[in-house]
Amino acid sequence: MSGRGAARSRSIRSRLVLQLAAVAAILSLAFFLIVRVVADRAAGETQDNILAASATAIADALYSVEGQVALELPYSAISMLGTISEDRVFYRVAAAGETITGYGDLPIAEPQRPGAGPAFSTYDYRGEAVRAVTVMRPVSVGARRLDVAVTVAQTQLGLAAISSRITGIATAIAVGFFLVATALSFWAAQSALAPLDRLTQSVARRGPNDLRDVVTDTPTELVPLMGALNKFIARLRTSLSRSEDLITEAAHRVRTPLATVRAQAEVTHHRLQKPEHRKAMREMIRAIDESSRSAGQLLDHAMVTFRADSQERADLDLAELLRETCERLAPTADLKDIDIVQDIPEGAMPFAGDRVLLQSALHNILDNAIKYSPPDTRITASARAGAQFELSIADNGRGFSASDHDDPTARFSRGSNVADIVGSGLGLTIADEVARNHGGALRIVSEEGEGACVSLLLPAA
Amino acid sequence: MRFLLVEDSETLARAIVDRLALDGHAVDHAGTLDAAQASISVADYDLILLDIMLPDGDGRSFLAQHRKARKRTPVIVLTARSEVSDRVGLLDLGADDYITKPFDFSELQARCRAVLRRQGGSAANQTSFGDAVLDSTAGTLTTARGTEDLRNRELRLLEVFFGAPGQIFSKTHLMDRLFSFSDDVSENAIEVYVGRIRKKLGASNVRIETVRGLGYRLASRA
Repeated sequence: MSGRGAARSRSIRSRLVLQLAAVAAILSLAFFLIVRVVADRAAGETQDNILAASATAIADALYSVEGQVALELPYSAISMLGTISEDRVFYRVAAAGETITGYGDLPIAEPQRPGAGPAFSTYDYRGEAVRAVTVMRPVSVGARRLDVAVTVAQTQLGLAAISSRITGIATAIAVGFFLVATALSFWAAQSALAPLDRLTQSVARRGPNDLRDVVTDTPTELVPLMGALNKFIARLRTSLSRSEDLITEAAHRVRTPLATVRAQAEVTHHRLQKPEHRKAMREMIRAIDESSRSAGQLLDHAMVTFRADSQERADLDLAELLRETCERLAPTADLKDIDIVQDIPEGAMPFAGDRVLLQSALHNILDNAIKYSPPDTRITASARAGAQFELSIADNGRGFSASDHDDPTARFSRGSNVADIVGSGLGLTIADEVARNHGGALRIVSEEGEGACVSLLLPAA
Repeated sequence: MRFLLVEDSETLARAIVDRLALDGHAVDHAGTLDAAQASISVADYDLILLDIMLPDGDGRSFLAQHRKARKRTPVIVLTARSEVSDRVGLLDLGADDYITKPFDFSELQARCRAVLRRQGGSAANQTSFGDAVLDSTAGTLTTARGTEDLRNRELRLLEVFFGAPGQIFSKTHLMDRLFSFSDDVSENAIEVYVGRIRKKLGASNVRIETVRGLGYRLASRA
């Protein structure tokens, strides 16, 4: 995905991840708070229960003797409180405001009604926060009923310790949950966007000529996008095929009248008697040949440029390709009594390349050789396999003159010694571009007047 | 030889018919695929020249049908496309060869000859004069000495003479038949080729006579 568009909005992936992470953070915080509140309450209730039990145990041990309220403090009542931590325990047993035993200044949490449950309160006592419970217990002293208040208080160190431990655990769990959820949100965003990536890949990997409909596994949400994409591809296909048809049609429209003119010119040429008329007619025919040849090579060159980008590789046999090209051009060579000698070893020369391009290159090289060779000569087409494949066309023509050696493959460049021959100068350019497109090169060995050897060098796999 | 030309452009068809007639070929012309089908059902042709774009369909479908019906008549496609782009498809469909418009008639003839030769040639393409027999398809000349292969230009020159024994052909006329328009050759070049075929006819009772100031003709040895 390229990020060149000016109006590029934030990526769906980061938005998705951020949203999921935010939800995870909120959930983690809520979890933390709930755990803390519940745990604190549970710890508090536990303490309250123990305090109440302790106070009740003390109250149960009250009795009256000689008109007095007496108490034999049950040791267990205190020990059940003091086991866990370093908390300090205070108690006070008081009847009608008078302390019977314990800490006289320990405040009594008055229950609303006598006989109701234990009353709890929290206050500071001797510089420390304590939790206190008061249990009212009526004791019969003689004929009197005396309400005795038993108060037990405990510092909250243990509670604080439990609370902080629970907070620690809750924090760890919440952070852990947040991290796992964030990681999961990355994964979820990834997997949610995977079909989009697949779609991107399947479109990006196509060659420029591949205009089939896109068919990948698509989730329902992407179906409209796929539909739109395929419709667009269909439109593109139609427009491309229309322009292809147009070129074909145009070529047809131009070449058919050109063929008529040429045929008529040949017939007329036969009937003409005067040498100057015949010469004029011959020049006309040559001009027709030149223009149609140039048009053909321009189309070929355009095709090479177009196909070179598309990298359409197929397995083919270079030896067979060279043989085919020789056979195709044999009648043309025959017209000049030129023999094409094939020096091609038995056996295949497997190569992965673009058949049409390679064919075009070989055709152009051989066609050039035929054109520039004098009649009654021979052209040797040879194929060699080694570190690289070497397809060579050697002729006995006029060769390239020294000054042309710079670059006979340059577009529209023609040798300085060929003014008398019809040509556009694109033949070797095409061959050179095809060779380079296949990771090879075009080699030209030539002595002026002694013929040339043009080789297509292609890397062996 | 007898050709069937399937081509929708009337003017091009007429020009091709005229041009092939100069070489002594009989050409029937069909402007549509239907007309072409009608022609091949009533007459035998040595070769079919087929245009691809026709008013009532694609020449390729004709080609496919022609091959499906196992007709052996060779087909050369006249295409308006570029050199190579169409080639694979055409040859796969069963065309024997193709030629790009506009074309050189000597090249067309060379291709026709090559196609007929590949097909195994028919005896109908033999012409004889005296005790010499010229086989155009095989490209051979048979005399008392035996059968000899001919170079392309020798063959074409002999075809001219064997086509009209006794007729005088000017050097200019022979040059037209032998050299393409892009070849710049002097009239003397023709003497080289006449010399060669004289050598090949040496063992027969046939010879090429020089008619001073007019040209050459084929005659029996007195």
